[in-house]
Amino acid sequence: MKKLFVLLALLLLITSQAQARLVIEITEGVEGALPIAVVPFKWSGDPARPPSQGIGRIVAADLRRSGYFKLLAENQMLARPATMADVDFRDWRALKQENLVIGNIEPNGPGGYKVRFQLFDVYQESQLIGYSFTTTEKDLRAIAHHIADLIYETLTGTKGAFATRIAYVVSEGTLNAPKISLRIADSDGYNAQTIVSSVEPLMSPAWSPDGRKLAYVSFENGRPSIWIQEVFTGKREKITSFKGINGAPAWSPDGRYLAMALSKDGNPDIYIMDLARKKLRRLVRHWAIETEPSWSPDGRKLLFTSDRGGSPQIYQVLVTGGNVQRLTFENKYNARASYAPDGKSITLITRIGGQYRIGVMDLETGSITVLTDGKLDESPSFAPNGSMIIYATRHGGKGVLAAVSTDGRVKQRLALQSGDVRDPVWSPYYK
Amino acid sequence: MKTLRILLLPLVLGMLVLSGCSSTGTKDGAEGGAGSGMAGEGGTSTSAAGGGGSWTGSPLDNPDSLLYEKVVYFDFDTAEIRPEYVDTLRAHAEYLVNTPSARVVIEGHCDERGSREYNIALGERRANSVKRFLEAEGVSPVQIDTVSYGEERPVDPGHNEAAWAKNRRAELVYQ
Repeated sequence: MKKLFVLLALLLLITSQAQARLVIEITEGVEGALPIAVVPFKWSGDPARPPSQGIGRIVAADLRRSGYFKLLAENQMLARPATMADVDFRDWRALKQENLVIGNIEPNGPGGYKVRFQLFDVYQESQLIGYSFTTTEKDLRAIAHHIADLIYETLTGTKGAFATRIAYVVSEGTLNAPKISLRIADSDGYNAQTIVSSVEPLMSPAWSPDGRKLAYVSFENGRPSIWIQEVFTGKREKITSFKGINGAPAWSPDGRYLAMALSKDGNPDIYIMDLARKKLRRLVRHWAIETEPSWSPDGRKLLFTSDRGGSPQIYQVLVTGGNVQRLTFENKYNARASYAPDGKSITLITRIGGQYRIGVMDLETGSITVLTDGKLDESPSFAPNGSMIIYATRHGGKGVLAAVSTDGRVKQRLALQSGDVRDPVWSPYYK
Repeated sequence: MKTLRILLLPLVLGMLVLSGCSSTGTKDGAEGGAGSGMAGEGGTSTSAAGGGGSWTGSPLDNPDSLLYEKVVYFDFDTAEIRPEYVDTLRAHAEYLVNTPSARVVIEGHCDERGSREYNIALGERRANSVKRFLEAEGVSPVQIDTVSYGEERPVDPGHNEAAWAKNRRAELVYQ
């Protein structure tokens, strides 16, 4: 975590220009969400110079966005305690709150802060967790997301994924003068930064398992190449530029291999590159289209899309290249599959009644549950805790990102003020 | 984080390619004839040709020639050449056979539906389908190159069947 903050600080230093950020609207929430009050954190330094970020509000927004919590509005709070001694649990019980979060920020040397928070069970009148952090101005948002992760994990039993990021592609400009950028942003859409921009297509970003690199496809010389770029330094390397397709990069869970689709030998097949030795091996060879490889969490299998059966369907193959197996039989069009972090299900694009939607298929039963209701939904990607899937959809005449809980009950939209947004992919946890 | 700006050399090329792509304009001819001193005068040349009878520019830019048509369209999720494009493609094959120095890049494109990477593969299949047609008509493989842009470069930004039909295409871009 500490390393992350240093890196984030670096990032923010270098790109100070404010980018248009994603605005998140919750379009559907869960019935019976857990009531929780997050009191705005108290600033105990110079009242004229408060920190730039309201940590309590960022925490509250994260929890609300998960759909699993019902946040008490600030104007309904009867008191704003900042220490346990100030808490009168009867106030919170009167408001039917089950949990309470309080916190305090104090100055800690030049440009530094000390942030402390506690989470209480209102009915037991007991502290569930309490932590304090030292940080700087630039890392306040990251600390807030970390606090939200701790609260989420304590109350739901599932690790939080607020302190993660997303990568996505934005298209601005006109048809004849497009401006395509590959951006990364915090999971709440803040701190968006462009890491590559081009007048030619950019597509298929893929995070390395440590979250420090992105592989992507760029058509910057009029033809596709796969690049790997270090997220924090901007340093990048061209990995492949074979004749034909260079597409669909996917990292192995240990980060040593990159699976990809290449058509250098005639038609698109799945290849695996040993990144240290730049050595290629063809995993699947077939006259049909093979593309969109994706590794199982244990690194032993890969999914891919193939139309060898007459229409695109999802297949699975052992990393050794053996035992190719068709996984999808429901619906005539299934593509772009990837495994859930627990390896028990996959998310994919599936076509229902001529509409392209995001589904989840249970690998045990083979049945597909459709989670979304758009016409042109695509590019599904699991959050690293498996709780949500981010995907691209259309809303108000443009491409936007949306997220849906894996059970389909919570939906939210991440809208950018301008441009077409697409090809989202959720980062792993930072290691 | 350093924002990498990709340099403009490919931009110039890209713009030529892009304008060559458009299936509508009289402007096309001008761009196609870039280098022959006719750039920007497509409209004028067109009316002159209509009045006078003989075409003095490249046959590729002659609106009366089948070679003027440089886009073929496809049905959904297929790469089969429709019968109505056979004559056009034969004319291009004949031109390429008779002009061994000519080089063409066939760009494959898709509509926006479905997966982006699958569409890259489908666009390549369309480009290859045109390439194979030309080769079967005697064109040397060294004259033909292919590239697929999948759904990344639509000519019609709409989200309906009319727009999709225009976007499912292969374009012959002479170099």
